[in-house]
Amino acid sequence: MLSKKYPKEVKHILSKYPPEGKRSALMPLLFLAQREEGYINKAAMQDIAEMLDITETEVAGVVGFYTLYHEEKEGKYRIQVCTDLPCALRGADKFMDDLCGNLGIKVGETTPDGAITLEAVTCLAACDKAPMFQLQGSQGIKYHENMTVEKTMELVEELRKNTA
Amino acid sequence: MTHILLRHREIPDINQLPVYKKSGGLAAFKNAVTKMKPTEVTDVVKNSGLRGRGGAGFPTGMKWSFIDNKNWPHYVVANADESEPGTFKDREIMEGNPFQFLEGLMIGSYAVGANAAYIYLRGEFWELAAALDEKIAELEEDGYLGDKLFGTDYSLRLYTHLGAGAYICGEETALLESLEGKRGQPRVRPPFPPSVGLYNKPTIINNVETFANVPMIMANGADWYKSMGTADAPGVKIFSLSGRVRKPGNYELPFGTTFRDLIYKHGGGVQDSRKVRAIMPAGASSSLILVHDDNLLDTPMDYLEVRKLKSELGSASVIIVDDTVSMDWLLNKTVHFFQHESCGKCTPCREGTYWMSHLTERIHGGQAVKADVDLLLKVAKQMQGKCLCALGEFSTMAVVSGLEHFREDFDNVVKAS
Repeated sequence: MLSKKYPKEVKHILSKYPPEGKRSALMPLLFLAQREEGYINKAAMQDIAEMLDITETEVAGVVGFYTLYHEEKEGKYRIQVCTDLPCALRGADKFMDDLCGNLGIKVGETTPDGAITLEAVTCLAACDKAPMFQLQGSQGIKYHENMTVEKTMELVEELRKNTA
Repeated sequence: MTHILLRHREIPDINQLPVYKKSGGLAAFKNAVTKMKPTEVTDVVKNSGLRGRGGAGFPTGMKWSFIDNKNWPHYVVANADESEPGTFKDREIMEGNPFQFLEGLMIGSYAVGANAAYIYLRGEFWELAAALDEKIAELEEDGYLGDKLFGTDYSLRLYTHLGAGAYICGEETALLESLEGKRGQPRVRPPFPPSVGLYNKPTIINNVETFANVPMIMANGADWYKSMGTADAPGVKIFSLSGRVRKPGNYELPFGTTFRDLIYKHGGGVQDSRKVRAIMPAGASSSLILVHDDNLLDTPMDYLEVRKLKSELGSASVIIVDDTVSMDWLLNKTVHFFQHESCGKCTPCREGTYWMSHLTERIHGGQAVKADVDLLLKVAKQMQGKCLCALGEFSTMAVVSGLEHFREDFDNVVKAS
């Protein structure tokens, strides 16, 4: 139960919105639920639905709509490379191809050790610092800008140590 | 030139509260709350000619004056969902000069009588939201936020709220839906948010850069602000320059600066000394400007002048495309973006972007025939004017202008029959 596990965080989230806007707490609560496992399971959705007096279907509808929520366990870390137009004009597609080659996986796949899922995403508001990606993990989201494949692979090695 | 918005370029520690205050910060907010009526604040902003920086360019003071005073409480929302491909200015403001943005939001809240304001940040700005939470806590401790400010009856609290990855949430009514804990799908307008907004209450929504202008306008006056820029668009704008230039980045310049100055004087020119082939002045949502004549680069950038080139200035996210780029590749990129980001609520956009992406994929992959190119144009034109919000319309801009100006790029990659 989210409210038992993170009582302080849940209370703080609920305090941000007026009583008539209680449902606004849904998105922050989903991020909280995703914190440890990297995805939101059915039990958590049920829990949040009860907390906010809405149906599980409504919760699942929100989870499915937004790209930063995940419903399945994948890599412990997600490397999300922007391959949108401005980044692609500065070499993002080649960066992505090279990264795939080095990791030995295709876009959308997870490394066999379960450490890294590699994804292509749309604009991250860092167009002047391409190639770039964000790293989504249990500690939130972090930007890595002006990247090279070498620097990325060094980072991957670090992350693998955390996973082992 | 000294910066007005990107002041951290001259004062690196301005993101620290004592430094911001020493640089004159928060005096405008205190002055407004203790010495001015809310309508007087709105009048100064109205007289300054400030236009919304999120893309539409709607006059800010006029928007504030639309707030429905018969229905309470009021809310203010800062749109920090910055997601247009090519736009990265709000992020720099919030990282470098956060208090100026927050002060603008606070002044705007006072002007429309809101006691609570939300900052809706795209979910990817996770670290930025945490940093802003700290700044907000500092302002509370220092007596600039909270109950009965400076001994008056006015109370104000600010809250951050993270989205979770959806371009559509930059559309203001989709943003409100998302802030209410729902799928980010646009509402039918009217009613507009100043009448029916967050929790069905009157709400003012402005872009981060818009708010960042406000403290400087209040401190220096409307006439000072109008002395910069053009009659159509007074003041300064942050141009996010990206694509094939040597020095991409944010450049704060007066409206009316030419494309040439932006690209060559500030951006260091085109990579590998190639030629500018096309410009997308409003990110992926732009009609492509064909640079067939070098003189075109001398066009001053404001809303009116860019419209004369059959494009839009939007949020001034200027993407430079050089002569190594083939437009079938470019359209495939932009259409794919909109197809991915279409919220699915209205049929023309959901189906239109889907079919356009199939066509651009096939054309770019060399699998198409000439009829496919014609069909692409037909689908785009059928979508125009029929979508619920601007996203659907935007998705057709590069397609229609790209096919009009660069048809040979497409004919080159289709099969003979």
